[in-house]
Amino acid sequence: MVAMPEPDRAVLARRDRIVKALSAIVPGEGVIASEAAMRPYETDGLTAYRCLPMVVVLPSTTDQVSRILSYCHGEGIRVVPRGAGTSLSGGALPLADGVLLGMAKFNRIREIDYDNRVVVTEPGVTNLAITQAVERRGFYYAPDPSSQIACTVGGNVAENSGGVHCLKYGMTTNNVLGCEIVLMTGEVIRLGGKHAEAGGYDLLGVVTGSEGLLGVVTEVTVRILRKPQVARAALIGFASSEDAGECVGKIIGAGIIPGGMEMMDRPAIHAVEEFVHAGYPLDVEALLIVELDGPQAEVDHLVARVEAIAQDCRAVSCRISASEQERLLFWAGRKAAFPAVGRITPDYYCMDGTIPRARLPQVLARTRELSERYRLRVANVFHAGDGNLHPLILYDANNGDELERAEAFGADILRLCVEVGGVLTGEHGVGVEKRDLMPTMFSEADLAQQQRLKCAFDKKGLLNPGKVFPTLHRCAELGRVHVHAGKVAFPGIPRF
Amino acid sequence: MTDTLKPRSAKEVEDAVQWALGKGRALELVGNATKRAIGRPAQSDLTLDLSGLTGVTLYEPQELVLSAQAGTPLAAIEALLAAQGQHLAFEPMDYGVLLNGAATSGTIGGTLAANLCGPRRIAAGAARDHFLGFEAVSGRGEIFKSGGRVVKNVTGYDLCKLIAGSWGTLAALTTVTIKTLPRSQTQATVLLAGLDDATAVRAMTTAMATSCDVSGAAHLPAAVAGRVGLRAAAGSLTLLRLEGVAPSVAHRKAVLIEAMQAFGAAEACEESASRDLWRAVRDVTPFAGTAAMAARPVWRVVTVPSRGAELARMITATAEAEVLYDWAGGLVWIMLPPSDDAGAALIRRAVSACGGQATLIRAPAATRAATDVFAPQEAGLAALTRRVKQGFDPNGVLNPGRMWAGV
Repeated sequence: MVAMPEPDRAVLARRDRIVKALSAIVPGEGVIASEAAMRPYETDGLTAYRCLPMVVVLPSTTDQVSRILSYCHGEGIRVVPRGAGTSLSGGALPLADGVLLGMAKFNRIREIDYDNRVVVTEPGVTNLAITQAVERRGFYYAPDPSSQIACTVGGNVAENSGGVHCLKYGMTTNNVLGCEIVLMTGEVIRLGGKHAEAGGYDLLGVVTGSEGLLGVVTEVTVRILRKPQVARAALIGFASSEDAGECVGKIIGAGIIPGGMEMMDRPAIHAVEEFVHAGYPLDVEALLIVELDGPQAEVDHLVARVEAIAQDCRAVSCRISASEQERLLFWAGRKAAFPAVGRITPDYYCMDGTIPRARLPQVLARTRELSERYRLRVANVFHAGDGNLHPLILYDANNGDELERAEAFGADILRLCVEVGGVLTGEHGVGVEKRDLMPTMFSEADLAQQQRLKCAFDKKGLLNPGKVFPTLHRCAELGRVHVHAGKVAFPGIPRF
Repeated sequence: MTDTLKPRSAKEVEDAVQWALGKGRALELVGNATKRAIGRPAQSDLTLDLSGLTGVTLYEPQELVLSAQAGTPLAAIEALLAAQGQHLAFEPMDYGVLLNGAATSGTIGGTLAANLCGPRRIAAGAARDHFLGFEAVSGRGEIFKSGGRVVKNVTGYDLCKLIAGSWGTLAALTTVTIKTLPRSQTQATVLLAGLDDATAVRAMTTAMATSCDVSGAAHLPAAVAGRVGLRAAAGSLTLLRLEGVAPSVAHRKAVLIEAMQAFGAAEACEESASRDLWRAVRDVTPFAGTAAMAARPVWRVVTVPSRGAELARMITATAEAEVLYDWAGGLVWIMLPPSDDAGAALIRRAVSACGGQATLIRAPAATRAATDVFAPQEAGLAALTRRVKQGFDPNGVLNPGRMWAGV
């Protein structure tokens, strides 16, 4: 297990006073201090980690957020922001000496502007609610993480969430135009707006995906898109993951960027089919769902090309959705993959590495070897278009050391991803979970430079500490410039 | 003439910055120096020429990824991609036309440092949206990297976004990795003639709200339309671009012409003419070409699309200005008569009324030294910007003052 920063005893000793001060800022039921009522906040989507916060506060205005942060900044109190608590990397894991800042009351869409194709929303609104608010006019919000029923837009910004359509439509960062954020000092800063480019340094771009370490998001402006006229999906079975991987490469090589392209391996296919009865073939090693969306003429043209490519790559089965109902059925299986796996095991651990796609067969083979070594089963679902792999490690937390083995197995998979040229996380974030693996991808200099950005936003390191960075350095120490002018081989550089 | 250092490797870039740190010298970063005249004039002691770092180190079309040394010419990368049926979807503009009256070829590093984009920004984003990873030397003289070589990655802060559009004030890029995408098989442009600016913005808004996947929406008022080489351009022209596979483009063209009926009879022009038109819009060629025009300041104003025409009217009402709209009204290029402040007061007033931000792209050095080139920031954001600069370049070694004094 990853260790969190030691609680500050001096802060804990002042708990009563702190609760009182927060209650003055957020009156009524906005402050939760009893153990029973705080219990629902002790964990997020990474349930292996639990910690009761010192106190929970639920503000409903930017001004309250600003006053809470300003107070905590002055008092040296740590703060952990939280949206819906669906993070799969422990991004919202509370600290025992920290204020848990719940943003659920920011639940109003402020403006829908069809002329400029944007929605201005409070951060506690769910991802799906944005689409629901605009779909009667034929629009939608493109990023669609699988938790979209529950996860909030503010959390999506913090985690730079993706989804099955991001190869074609981008991640959150490509679909957000503006934010209001509150810094740890309580300062309110506006970044961007309804216009395409904020100007100056792209701070909106770094706040997106900063995992709640740079500022608290209090308003978001997102781009909405016109719904494609039609979507059709192909369900293609292969006798090997190599064939499936080759098919994915050839589709992209042919200049086709599908709206979605998902792969499942045999254990995932079987778990899903048993649960959803989507009609998936059970005699294949790999199954691809390729969805094409756009105008009818385009989709028909591309479906035919994808079918031909699949035959070329030795597909053993290929079904094209003939109706919207059938297309949704193809997806119902994939979308239920996690709960389907949840039915066949007491616990599962979902990984999230990204790899160069061509290395897939190698990574899958190595994963199978690791599976035998750790004596734990694994099912793989894969955003095939962009190389984002989700191995689900099956374990039983109540059975001996299975949790420890699952964690070690997961870490080995992520090291493997980095080794083949990939990264630790494609969409779930580093959080607590992958924090201590950061040095496998980044040097000390790389991490120090990232932390200097943190210092520009939060010099005291009070906002969501213990996440993302394995070692916390003081900003003063990071700020020192080391000059080695005497040793520099400068005369060797061509000079004109 | 200032001295120039021309390193041949990332290590030599590191050495150069370390040396400058030790000697207390400031460096002006250039690639092919094609955008040198943008920003506040250099306040540097030496030039750090990164054009010696060349070469594509990785290109895997099926993985949609390319890595190159930062000084690699953009033209070389574009040619390499074209041979595989791919392109840079963000359609980087060439500022050479506006600044020097002729096409130029910058480097991939400069393309990213300036966060270039083009008309397709409304559909595919800017350089920032395709920038996957880099290695660079900070103003602290340290080599560091960020991102990776895969298209989906949230590991650590997304420093690519920060470096894109930082104009060399935070770090000297040495190697970059970008996303490549399939180039459209064909394209066509639907043309509407004779619309006034406000109606044209409404027409573009209508087009963007269809499911036709419009990948370019520009309006050229009459004075400007005559300069894009289209025979029939007597009045204004509104251009709507469609890209994709041939059957799709043909279908959408018919649908879009139908949808635009309320704005008059639309025509269409086919691939080759369409490509020429959009290159002219991308590079703002109607604001270049004569000595008289070259002497006039040009502003790049990014605003709320639906308010583009209103913003332009605030300016044309009081100054003899020419405008060109891109991004369905969200980008307004404005050419003003020469003046001491290049019209800054007028532009900033209109922007503050309509929303957005403005950059002075073309103006004499003396004007750029005396007037804010990049949008002035409110106090909190300006302070945050300075703290970010401090974190990367505390001694002000890299392009100091290029964006704002003291940054």
